[in-house]
Amino acid sequence: MTNDLLKYVLRRADSELVLGHRMSEWCGHGPELEEDIALINISLDHLGQSRSLYQYAAAVDGEAKTEDHYAFQRNERDFGNFLICELPNGHYGNTIARSFFYDVHSLLFYERLVHSADKTLAAIAEKSLKEVKYHFRHSAEWVIRLGDGTEESHAKMQEAIDEIWTYTGELLTDDELDIEMNKQGIGVLNSSLKDAWYNKVEAVLNEATLKIPEGAYFQTGGKSGIHTEHLGYLLAEMQYLPRQHPEATW
Amino acid sequence: MTQLGQKESEIFELLKAVKDPEVPVLDITDLGVLRKVEVIDQEVLVTITPTYSGCPAMEMIEQEIVACLNQHGYPKVKVNLVLSPAWTTDWMSEEGKVKLKAYGIAPPEKATEDKSALFPEQKKVGCPQCNSKNTELVSQFGSTACKALYKCLDCQEPFDYFKCL
Repeated sequence: MTNDLLKYVLRRADSELVLGHRMSEWCGHGPELEEDIALINISLDHLGQSRSLYQYAAAVDGEAKTEDHYAFQRNERDFGNFLICELPNGHYGNTIARSFFYDVHSLLFYERLVHSADKTLAAIAEKSLKEVKYHFRHSAEWVIRLGDGTEESHAKMQEAIDEIWTYTGELLTDDELDIEMNKQGIGVLNSSLKDAWYNKVEAVLNEATLKIPEGAYFQTGGKSGIHTEHLGYLLAEMQYLPRQHPEATW
Repeated sequence: MTQLGQKESEIFELLKAVKDPEVPVLDITDLGVLRKVEVIDQEVLVTITPTYSGCPAMEMIEQEIVACLNQHGYPKVKVNLVLSPAWTTDWMSEEGKVKLKAYGIAPPEKATEDKSALFPEQKKVGCPQCNSKNTELVSQFGSTACKALYKCLDCQEPFDYFKCL
């Protein structure tokens, strides 16, 4: 029971941390000043959400671990984030498509997690939901602006949507842990978000004059620790300093 | 906020010395970040809530609460962080809003706007410099997580808006 809860909390924390780290790579490289600031603000929200979750994991774990242990001392196979979160930034359309699909999921997920029987998770969901609404609006507006923009921006946005689409399957399917946590009234079934997710995505893509991909093949593995080749490089950069200098403080 | 005993009220007053490091005209009672003060035996338990999950000011605020109370003869202080009920800009005091505007940041409007709708009607935000309502949103994300960027179309000044949450 404790083990299941720990794993469930860590998975969500990992998704927030990995996506937050990816977005932080844009710092100083945003296409315009306001966007640079927006991406880093959102990155900070993801990081903050991951911290709340890791702190809770440490409390559940009870082995005198701290939030930093989970972020910096675990290897790729221990991370349970959705694959979509670890995808490289690519061009701006890729970054926006990645956030857009994830934000729609987060919005629906936290809306339901607010009712969790686990009071801490419910509180984290309540807090996160307020922030995610701003994230969704940001990514959705950019999907529309780029999709319904110039010929070139339209083509690039469509290409990004098509490419990242294959990583959305995981957001909408359940594994044994999702089912068990839902049975206990703690977790949310991703499959229960499917219709709402699809409707929201469709509404935005229509507005953006973009086509909804028809592909039915989806990449999976993130939740069970089988990742793309990209995660290892991300962790190497993120974990290098605390692993090399475990006594370092700031 | 619960009814406070005399000692708790005194501590509450003392904590007005703790400012938001990002917006130093506001103290933690103006912001609504300070939720509860309890004195149990000789220990003071202070409950605070973050404005945003990733707010980098929280640690500094915690340290300053402890330092402030230590200085005033309370050696045992514990700061407790709660997430629920989630902080909202509606908790900002009226006094805080006045201070914010005088500082050049437009205070938050009532937080009822539905941000999950794609294009909800944008609130008209008043320019803190010239009071004109003829203003325009530049970006939902500003210099800190809690602020948005606006510009005034009359006096042409850009300004920060403490956005609704």
